[in-house]
Amino acid sequence: MPKLSAILTLTSSLILGIGGVWIAYNVDMLPVSASMNAPVYDELYRVLFIIGCILFIGMTALVIYSLFQFRRRPGETGDGIDLEGNISLEIFWTAVPAIIVLFIGLYSYDIYDRMGGMQPLMHDHSGQINNQVERVWGGIGSGPIESTSTKNLSSLPIELTAMQFAFIFHYPKGDIISGELHVPVGREVNLKMESKDVIHAFWVPQFRLKQDVIPGQPTILNFTPTKTGNFPIVCAELCGPYHGGMRSNVIVDEQEDFDTWLKENSKEQI
Amino acid sequence: MTISLKPGNTPPEKLQPTGWLKYLSFSLDHKVIGLQYLVCGFFFYLIGGSLAGAIRVELTSPLSDFMPREVYNQVLTLHGTIMIFLWIVPVVNGAFGNYLIPFYVGARDMAFPRLNAVAFWLIPPSGLMLITSYFINGAAQSGWTAYPPLSITTPAAGQIIWILSVLLLGGSSIFGGINFIATILKLRRPGLKLMQLPMYCWAMLGTSILVVLSTPVLAGTLILLSFDIVAHTGFFNPSLGGNVIVYQHLFWFYSHPAVYIMVLPAFGLVSEILPIHSRKPLFGYTTMVFSIMGIVVLGLVVWAHHMFTSGTPPWMRLFFTIATAFIAVPTGIKFFNWVATLWGGKISLNAAMLFSCGFIINFVLGGITGVALAQVPFDVHVHDTYFVVAHFHYIVYGGSVFVIFSSIYHWFPKFTGKMLNENLGRFHFIITFIGFNLCFAPQHWLGLNGMPRRVAEYDPQFQLINQISSVGALLMALSTLPFLWNILQSILYGDEAGDNPWNALTPEWLTSSPPPVENWEGEAPLVLEPYGYGEKDSTKTQEQLK
Ligand code: HEM
Ligand SMILES: [Cu+2]
Ligand SMILES: [Cu+2]
Repeated sequence: MPKLSAILTLTSSLILGIGGVWIAYNVDMLPVSASMNAPVYDELYRVLFIIGCILFIGMTALVIYSLFQFRRRPGETGDGIDLEGNISLEIFWTAVPAIIVLFIGLYSYDIYDRMGGMQPLMHDHSGQINNQVERVWGGIGSGPIESTSTKNLSSLPIELTAMQFAFIFHYPKGDIISGELHVPVGREVNLKMESKDVIHAFWVPQFRLKQDVIPGQPTILNFTPTKTGNFPIVCAELCGPYHGGMRSNVIVDEQEDFDTWLKENSKEQI
Repeated sequence: MTISLKPGNTPPEKLQPTGWLKYLSFSLDHKVIGLQYLVCGFFFYLIGGSLAGAIRVELTSPLSDFMPREVYNQVLTLHGTIMIFLWIVPVVNGAFGNYLIPFYVGARDMAFPRLNAVAFWLIPPSGLMLITSYFINGAAQSGWTAYPPLSITTPAAGQIIWILSVLLLGGSSIFGGINFIATILKLRRPGLKLMQLPMYCWAMLGTSILVVLSTPVLAGTLILLSFDIVAHTGFFNPSLGGNVIVYQHLFWFYSHPAVYIMVLPAFGLVSEILPIHSRKPLFGYTTMVFSIMGIVVLGLVVWAHHMFTSGTPPWMRLFFTIATAFIAVPTGIKFFNWVATLWGGKISLNAAMLFSCGFIINFVLGGITGVALAQVPFDVHVHDTYFVVAHFHYIVYGGSVFVIFSSIYHWFPKFTGKMLNENLGRFHFIITFIGFNLCFAPQHWLGLNGMPRRVAEYDPQFQLINQISSVGALLMALSTLPFLWNILQSILYGDEAGDNPWNALTPEWLTSSPPPVENWEGEAPLVLEPYGYGEKDSTKTQEQLK
C-alpha cells in the first residue's frame, strides 16, 4: 500500500510537471517582442509561468481531491483522523518553497543583469557639459550592455519630455521635436526623460520596458529595437483626466529610412 | 481597566439599550460593536461595489463615453478607498476581531471597551464624509495612492476631505490595534497559555503589531501632504523643491503592510473554520504561529517592490525582490497546513467550507502572480497595468472577501441564534466563484498585452476581453442577491441554531446563541485544546461539550 501511493504520487507529479511545461510553451500571452531585452524577459516569463502552472494546478487538484475524497457521506457522524502535525513533512514543505524562491531570485538576478539593470548609469552625452554631477536615475536597460553587439554605432540620444497629456521627443542632433518616437532598428537608443508636471510613465509593451517620468528627477532608459514597425507608447502612471488618452507611437525604421526622416525634419544641416 | 471574570459586575451602560436599537447606540459590548462593524462595512461594500460596477460599465467600450473622465477617476479613487479602508480592514479586523477575541482569550469584554466603541464610531462619519465629497466639489481623483504631485494639482477640496477621512479611519484602526494587543496579552484567562490560543488570536496579534507600527507613518505622510495642498509647503511638491519619491516610500511603508492587515486576519479566520467543518485538528499549530510572525516581519521590509519603475537604485531593487519573494515561504506553509487539515477529514461541503476552499484556490493564484511581480525584470513590464489589477483583486477579493463570506456563514448562527439556508449559500458560492474568476482572470492577459490601469479609454483591441470581465462583474453583483435574501429570510424565519450547531470546541460555541451580555452565564470555560477533534479524542470531545 505505501508502495502504491508512492508510485501514484510520483506519476501524478510527473504528469503535473510535464503538463506545466506544456502549458507554458503552448499558451502564448505576450505581445510580439521587439527589443533586445524582450527575449530575455520572455525567458524569465516562461520559467515563472511553468512554476506557477505546476503550483496552481497542483494545489487546486489537492483541494478538490480532498473535498471529494474526504467528504462526509450521508449518515456519517464521527471525526476525521487525529493528525496534528508531522515535523518532517513540515520541514519538507518549508524547504522546497524556500529553494524554489531562492532559485527564482537568483535566476531573475541573472536576467536583471542581462537586461542592464546592474550596469552603472551612462552619462548624458547630449552635448552640454555640466560641471555639476547630475542626479539621474535609470531603469532596466539603462546600462551599456546592449551596445556590445552594436559596437559600430554609438547610442542615439533622445530627450523625452512628458506633460499632461503628451510625450514630446527632442532629437539634439538636428534639433527635431516630434510627438512620435522615430528610431532606427538595431541601434541603441538612450532616452533621457523629464516631466513638466506630474508623474508619467513611458511604456512600450513590445519592448517590455517601463520607466516612470518624474518631475524634478531625470530618469534614463536605454533600449535597442529589433523589429521594424509601429508600436504603442503608453502612459502607465495615473496623470489626470486624460491619462487614458496619453498614448503615442514608436516607429522603428530601417537605418536608411530613419536617416531620411532625420534629414527631412532637422532644422540644421547635419 | 480590568474586567473581572466573575459575572454580575457589568458596567451599567453596557446593559442598555436593548433590542435592535442597541446597534444604533454607543454600546460597550464587544459583540454589539463587532456586529456594528460588520453591518456598517457591508453597507460600504455595497457602495464600493456599485462604483466597481460603474467602472466596469465604462470599460465595456474603448471610448470614455459613460461618464466624464474626471468622474471616472473620482469613482476609481472612491472605489479603491472604500473597499480597503471601509470594508475589508474594518470587517476582518474590527468585526470578527471584536466579536471573537474576548471569547478566545476567555474574557468578558475587550481591554478598553470605551476606546473600542470610539474606534467604531469614527468609521460611519468618515465614510459618509468621503462619499459626500463627491457631491460637494468632486471627490479626490488621484487614485487611492494619492501620489503627489497629481494629488497636489487636482482640485483641493476633494483631496483634503479624502486625507481627513483616511486619517480618521487610520486612527480608528490604531485604536483597534492597541485594544487587540492589550486584550490578547493581558486579559487571557488564568491558566490559558499563548500557545493554547485559537489561531485567529495569533493572526490578530500579528496584524495589530503591523497596524500599530505602520499606520502612524501613513498618518504623518498624509498630514505633510495636506500641508503641501493647503499651506503650499514643499515636502512633496517638486516645483518647490520637494521630492515625490519620498512620498512613495512613506506611503508604501504603510500600504504594503496594509495588504497583510487585510489578509492575515483572513488567514486566522480560515484556520478556525477549516478544522470544525472537516472534523480534524488544525495541522501544524506551531508552524502556523511562526509563519504568521514571519509574515509580520517580512511584511514590514518589502514596501519598495511597488516602486521598481520609480527609479530606485539597483541594490534596493535586488533587496526588495528577494525579501518579497521570501514571503511566499511562510505563506506557503499556511496553505500546505490547511490542505493537510482537510486531508483525511470528514468534510461537510457547506457554504462556509466552500468559501474557505474557494479562498485557498484564489489566493494561491494571487500569490503566484505576486511572486512573479516581485521579480524586478518581470515587474517593469506589467507594473501599473491590468495584470496588477488582476493580481490584487485575487488577493483582496479572492482572499479577504471570500473569507468574510465564509465567516458569515460560519458564525451567523452564533450572532443570531438562527441557521442560514445552506442551499442558498452554496448557490451564492457558485455564482460568486464563477463571476469572480470570469471578471479578474482575463485581466492578466490585458496587462501583459498592453492595457494600463486607471484608464477610462483604451485601445479597441482590448474590448472583447474587457466585456467578458464586465460580465463577470455583473455575475458578482447578482450573487449578492441570494446572500442578502438568505440573511433576511433567516433572521425572520430561520431554523433555531441551538448553542453549538457545528459541534465545535472553540469557546464562543460553549455559550448560548446569541451569547449573553457577559459572554457566559457562569464561569468562563477554560479551553486548552480548541482543535481537539479527531477520532481518538471523540469521547473527550463529547465530555467537554457537556
Ligand atoms: C466587487 C467586485 C469588484 C470589481 C468588479 C472591481 C473592479 C475594479 C476595477 C475595474 C478597478 C479599476 C482598475 C484600474 O483601472 O486601476 C478596481 C480598482 C481597485 N479595486 Fe476593485 N473591484 C471589486 C472589488 C474590490 C474589492 C473587494 C477591493 C478591496 C480591497 C477592491 C480594491 C480595489 C483597489 C484598491 C483598486 C485600485 C483603485 C486605484 O487604483 O486607485 N476592489 N476595481
Ligand atoms: Cu501621463
Ligand atoms: Cu498617465
